[in-house]
Amino acid sequence: MNTPFLNTQSLPFCKGCGHDLVAKNTATALEKLGLTPLDVIMVTDIGCHGIIDKTLNTHTIHGLHGRSVALGAGVSFAMENTNKKVIVFLGDGGSTIGLQHIIEASRMNLNLTIVIHNNMLYGMTGGQTSGLTPTGFRTTTSMDGNPFSAHDICKLTHTAGAAYVSRILGIGNISDKLAEAYSVKGCSVIEIMEICPSYGVKFNPKRKLSEIMESMGHVEGVWRNERPAYSYPNHARVNNLLEKLPVVDKKHEGQLNKHYQLVMTGSAGEGVQVASAILARAALGSGYQVTQKGSYPVTVGVGFSTSEVNISPEPIHYHGMEVPDALLVTSTDGLNHQKKRIEAMTDGLLIIDSSLDVPKTGAKVLSHDFRVAGPRNAALYALLYFAKINGMVTRDAIVGALHDMGLGEKIPIDKIEGLLNQ
Amino acid sequence: MQQTSNSKKVITDGSRLMIEAMAKAGADAFIGYPITPANLLYSYSASRMPMMLPAPDEITTLQWMSGLSASGKLPVTATSFPGYALMLESINMAFMMELPMVIILVQRLGPATGTATCGAQGDLALLHGQISGGHQLPVLCVSDYEDCWEISAEAVKLAEKLRTPVVVLTSKEGVMTQRSFDISLLNDISPVEKRRYQSDEPFIPYKADSSLVPEFLELGNKKHQVRITASTHDTKGILQHSTPEALANTVRLENKAMHHLNDFTFYHLDEQPDATKLIVAFDISANAAIDAVAQMRQQGEKVSLLIPKTLFPIPYVYYQIMDKYQKVIMVEENINAQYARILFGHRLPGKIVPVGAIGKMITPHEIINGGK
Repeated sequence: MNTPFLNTQSLPFCKGCGHDLVAKNTATALEKLGLTPLDVIMVTDIGCHGIIDKTLNTHTIHGLHGRSVALGAGVSFAMENTNKKVIVFLGDGGSTIGLQHIIEASRMNLNLTIVIHNNMLYGMTGGQTSGLTPTGFRTTTSMDGNPFSAHDICKLTHTAGAAYVSRILGIGNISDKLAEAYSVKGCSVIEIMEICPSYGVKFNPKRKLSEIMESMGHVEGVWRNERPAYSYPNHARVNNLLEKLPVVDKKHEGQLNKHYQLVMTGSAGEGVQVASAILARAALGSGYQVTQKGSYPVTVGVGFSTSEVNISPEPIHYHGMEVPDALLVTSTDGLNHQKKRIEAMTDGLLIIDSSLDVPKTGAKVLSHDFRVAGPRNAALYALLYFAKINGMVTRDAIVGALHDMGLGEKIPIDKIEGLLNQ
Repeated sequence: MQQTSNSKKVITDGSRLMIEAMAKAGADAFIGYPITPANLLYSYSASRMPMMLPAPDEITTLQWMSGLSASGKLPVTATSFPGYALMLESINMAFMMELPMVIILVQRLGPATGTATCGAQGDLALLHGQISGGHQLPVLCVSDYEDCWEISAEAVKLAEKLRTPVVVLTSKEGVMTQRSFDISLLNDISPVEKRRYQSDEPFIPYKADSSLVPEFLELGNKKHQVRITASTHDTKGILQHSTPEALANTVRLENKAMHHLNDFTFYHLDEQPDATKLIVAFDISANAAIDAVAQMRQQGEKVSLLIPKTLFPIPYVYYQIMDKYQKVIMVEENINAQYARILFGHRLPGKIVPVGAIGKMITPHEIINGGK
């Protein structure tokens, strides 16, 4: 005899609870589909429905309140290309706190079935109002009747894209309806309407489930979206993130004999980050150690753009910078961003665009029109200007790095050098 | 590391090394949600990891990871405090379920959203107290590129070996700054062996031998039923209120990481004979400490350096090392000496001298002055 799905018919629910009906009809439905318990992964969470775990012979995983759909999604990703069935049980409370997970699973049309035990309140914690409690329904926290309307979870999930959505009145034999939902490839959502015998019946005597459902404007039914179930895209992967990193051999000689700190600053779009990356590569190609870090507002396309570059013949550990040896400024944004640093310089070199006012500083100041090369090239022009007078990293190393980085066609280096040599 | 004749010098950030190391060590998937300064880790994973899935939020991230892990995959994610805060309940779940996974926490300046692009070392207290009951997750910390490689791989192996979430701690400057580096110096990483329960006897998911680590079998296997739960449970994975067996299981969780701590105690100790002063620094501050120590020695001062790489559970050997010194300078980029106070309590012993900062990296100069 095959192993049954339930290891007992005596389930741990209150007398008259719809959860008992759902569990037993689920077992029948899965048997009708020819599945065995180890074909099924049952995902549950916190709520009365979740205590079904111990009675199941399926695989079980029992997680956090309202997160079972996301937990089941993770299981579903791993079960791709298998015939395993992932079924997620949760309640109306779990659906309230975890609504996004249900919508996301529907949007992605993940291959699992979500069974919402909607008994219209939080049963396990004492009968409080949930997001699926109907208007006017009395709970321990809304004794005058719930003033809010309930989510229509079927409409929400159908709109989000679930392949199959159904609402079932939790009375009688519902195994065929469940079997239909469990056999769907893709995301199937079932809302089963129940009434909690301990709190729902107690506070809403004489009300019938069908009448309550009618008062909400909800009907039983099935709603479908014809779309394929999610499958993991088979796109290209790299085998090694380090293999494609350009290896930089020493090809140039510089004139650096001590740790040197340089800041480049300007506006977004002036090529500050690109120019400093070129400098870093040129420095490495000259046999030095280097660090480079950018700084810019979160809106990367506007405002200041600053880069700090450390270059040293010796290993660099600490890469921070207080007062640099040189500071290159190409615009007002950069000047404002680095003004305090410029004012703190007691020596060193300040190279600044001639359109800008020079702050009070102890650095040697060289003013030049870098923007004449066009705003996109101002930073690189300033860098070449610096290299020409400093010699720490040569013009050849910079231009070589620029070409090695594949920027030769994008950057009008001849034009910039022409300006430099005027 | 010594220079080799076959050097391969590149410019890279630590994020690239970490993801490559984790993929080599056997990580199967990366679940991502964007957050600065962890975005490079996400980007590299998109092209490198066998599976990469974009989650709609960080709660979902940890839930997807848990589902994958329970099904036999070893997932990784990377985040910063705001995301980590959302993950916390699910990290507790994964701890209780005993699910292998790695969470890279890239520290940035808080509180709250704070400053996304400013580094910090302000999450030590959070990591120390993150599991209800005070249990400790293994937390490893990377301080340089060798660590980005070696420690990242160790984290993946540790997660698998101990069946536990492992946190890899870093900060903005460690994963975003570009540095020259000779990748020919990196050791090979072999993938961790993913052992599975093999017996024909029924599988008892939380039954452990003297190693305190239960054997693992994935959900969906054809041979045995697997039960996994976040609630207090017996060895069979069945929810219990507080039976002796269930409480013993929780006690085992407390002891599991400690039992294996010697196997994953990683630190760097640079001791100078006759030194009476010790500098302790980790993560990005370790770099400043290395420079500080060099300068102090150049000036004739005797000083030693300890760089802890296993932060939690706290290895006892750190106390043994610190006990040997008259003055211990503890360097961390926060203003409340978090790691020092976790080690020594809120009333720090007189010989412990914290050096802290917010909104900027601690400089070698500040470390040198802190010792005076």
